[in-house]
Amino acid sequence: MSAAKQQVRFTVNGREVEVSAYPMARLLDVLRNELALTGTKEGCGEGECGSCSVLMNGELVNSCLVPVLQADGADVRTVEGLASAALHPVQKAFLECGGAQCGICTPGMIVATVNLLKKHPQPTMEEIREGLNGNLCRCTGYTRIFEAVKSAAESMTHEELKVLTGEEAARR
Amino acid sequence: MYGATVRSTIARGRIAKIEFGEGVPWNEFVVVTAEDVPGKNVVSLITDDQPILAETQINHPEEPILLLAHEDRHLLPLAVAAVKIEYEAQPSIHSMEDSESCAEVIWGTNNIFKTYTIDKGAVDEVWKDAAWIVEGEYTTGAQEQLYIENNGVIAQWSEDEGATVWGSMQCPFYVHKALMALTGLPAEKVRVLQVETGGAFGGKEDYPSIIAGHALLLAKKAGRPVKIVYDRMEDMAATTKRHPSRTRHRTAVDKDGKLLGAEIEFVIDGGAYSTLSPVVLSRGTIHAGGPYYWPNIRVKSKAVATNTPPHGAFRGFGAPQSLFALERHMDFVARTIGLAPDEFRRRNLLKPGQTTATAQEIREPIDMPHLLDRALELSGYHAKMARFAKTNATSSKKKGMGIAAFLHGAGFTGSGERYLNALVGVEANERGEVRVLVSSTEFGQGTNTILTQIAAETLGLEYEDVSMAPIDTRVVPNSGPTVASRTAMIIGKLVQTAAFDMQKKLVDAGLMHEGDGRDAFRAACNEYTRTMGALNGCGRYEAPPNVFWDDSKYMGEAYPAFGWAVYVAEVTVDTATYSVTVDDFVALQEIGRVLHPVLAAGQIEGGVAQGIGYALYEKVVWNRGRMMNNQMTNYIMPTSEDLPPIRVFFEEIPYAYGPYGAKGIGELPMDGPAPAIINAVVAATGEEFRSIPLLPEDVFDVLSRSHEIDEVTA
Repeated sequence: MSAAKQQVRFTVNGREVEVSAYPMARLLDVLRNELALTGTKEGCGEGECGSCSVLMNGELVNSCLVPVLQADGADVRTVEGLASAALHPVQKAFLECGGAQCGICTPGMIVATVNLLKKHPQPTMEEIREGLNGNLCRCTGYTRIFEAVKSAAESMTHEELKVLTGEEAARR
Repeated sequence: MYGATVRSTIARGRIAKIEFGEGVPWNEFVVVTAEDVPGKNVVSLITDDQPILAETQINHPEEPILLLAHEDRHLLPLAVAAVKIEYEAQPSIHSMEDSESCAEVIWGTNNIFKTYTIDKGAVDEVWKDAAWIVEGEYTTGAQEQLYIENNGVIAQWSEDEGATVWGSMQCPFYVHKALMALTGLPAEKVRVLQVETGGAFGGKEDYPSIIAGHALLLAKKAGRPVKIVYDRMEDMAATTKRHPSRTRHRTAVDKDGKLLGAEIEFVIDGGAYSTLSPVVLSRGTIHAGGPYYWPNIRVKSKAVATNTPPHGAFRGFGAPQSLFALERHMDFVARTIGLAPDEFRRRNLLKPGQTTATAQEIREPIDMPHLLDRALELSGYHAKMARFAKTNATSSKKKGMGIAAFLHGAGFTGSGERYLNALVGVEANERGEVRVLVSSTEFGQGTNTILTQIAAETLGLEYEDVSMAPIDTRVVPNSGPTVASRTAMIIGKLVQTAAFDMQKKLVDAGLMHEGDGRDAFRAACNEYTRTMGALNGCGRYEAPPNVFWDDSKYMGEAYPAFGWAVYVAEVTVDTATYSVTVDDFVALQEIGRVLHPVLAAGQIEGGVAQGIGYALYEKVVWNRGRMMNNQMTNYIMPTSEDLPPIRVFFEEIPYAYGPYGAKGIGELPMDGPAPAIINAVVAATGEEFRSIPLLPEDVFDVLSRSHEIDEVTA
């Protein structure tokens, strides 16, 4: 934290933001403390648990491992960017299938699911297991998370996926 | 401001000197020591032996010594590192054996926190008539709860309002009691609020009293609110874990494979202070005989002290330890006397009318042999075992199946529920909107859903008509701690009682009839609140009839009800990599009426996943009482790629004293997976494994040793 604070500009959920932060400050802390986007959670601080998952330029990243300077100019999508007025289909599927218990892993799990469905709109069981292997859940034993992913895959349209992952916003 | 904790780096000794090193603007920091404690320097729970901050004596690594607060949280790690503490080291002990032999006396006069003896029948008489006497020793390791959200609180202090704490916790009234002792404030000047809690599993049962106390001491001295949130490394190193255990079995069996009697010695490592160890030990002791009929049985147990951070509550609370030993031993006995594991169990499972180890008569119409047969059928046990017997001979991947039959008592042990004397409230406003008032917390297990569901059903309302009052000790009554699989069964029943109580007021006032439905209820509430004032109802715990418990003899009705289960695991042991994978898992249980199928199955699946971790992955590596692998990188819990299909099945026998027939469920699924899996590993390899966690290097040790013997004899 020795270097002086710098101005960093990036897009969060389609909104331009500018923050003054230490260059090595974690993107996770900037999102939570500077931008009040507390949907992104800290579980381990070392990239193991995936609770802090966000999409950066369309890639799934652990925001605890991203120095904010690296996000300069990037397009960042957090769980808050998924829901509009209504719940997003993935959120709805997690709710209905019992894919969330305590909820602390859930935002990261949902962001990871969106990323998974973008790559594999109709994922096999193996693809689901692999696609979520960077997101730890201690409550559910994953069974109902897998069901939620399958249910979301069935109910989601291609357009909904594109909006979520930021492709739509970028094109505008 | 943000708070941080300066902790001991040694296992045992005395603080000789504390120096505040250079390079830190100490005048900007708030510093708290034991001298700043306004009341008693204890973490008040059961025995007042644990200081909230060490004075001079250190009894375990990571023991809190000093507290620091600063506005810039980035400065705190630097400041913590700059505090130099000199110690006069004392000898420490780090095994149950050294504690038992009093290699050093570190607690009380003999290192023993608590002992129990259960003595049913005449055990000393059974050995002379036994066809077989089989002995075995089994051990289990510590396990980290690993809730994904670490411990965290915010505290505020003012002369007028007293103490206020917001935090992640299971038991707000435990924290309330601890803060009263710590501050000397009266009950009404201490306020505790639970905020959304990201997992707990017992790990936020007693520890929040410590972190809340720390934040409060800092807030008092700072004159400002203080927030302490542990990072993962601090949470894993400093907070509680499941007690390690050692169990010795000596079992007498007659020529027909019937159990004659047993001596069981059960020991748990409590760590440096007593904390919850006596209660954990109690549950482990009572469950040590499992779901079998023992005409004669003696269980002797003790919780001993070592110089490690205190072990605490974790789902199952002593039962997973003693049931691991029992269910592994049952397989070993079966193998020794030449019976199949399922057949030996079938001959000895408890039947209605028989009694448990504490002489509790089974009054529920439970049919354990049926559960066993159904679980074997669901898992394809016999067909697969026959197939594996052929394929294992030629394959480097050895497959096997393992069984665990078990029970788990729901609610507090013995007279516990009567002492807790839980109180629950329900209230309605003029629009007929209902609120449930309990101190039972939601941390993912479904408290809020279940309790609102019960209230709505009782009052004939829609689920949306009912909400939960915020968990605030100033608002809700004390319905006891959120532990011991008691919330659905005990608190759910009291919510039902309270709802009936409130409904009766409306009926007695002539405003509605029972069963009138939502519109009539709303109109009645409107009329009642307009003309008669506040509308509410309450429910106070009453023990079911014919319940007798003798605390001195440890005999009688240990629990209001038991959940019953048979689990079957199928594993593959790769003899090239020595890794064990679980290929299939069948979890069949009887838990009374299932209140919410999705949540109930979710509890079982999650518990099984934690049990698989307990058996095969989760190893706490200790070095002189300190956890060395206090990171998720090095302490491995199951990921989405490590788990088998977890197939959950329920049998429902409504329990007369539970809400709509429900019994407790939360802890049950933690008990069975580890013994079922290790039994399967034994079946696959033909080698005995008696300790968990069972990591590939442990499998390697045993298999390579037996391989050497093969080579020698060849």
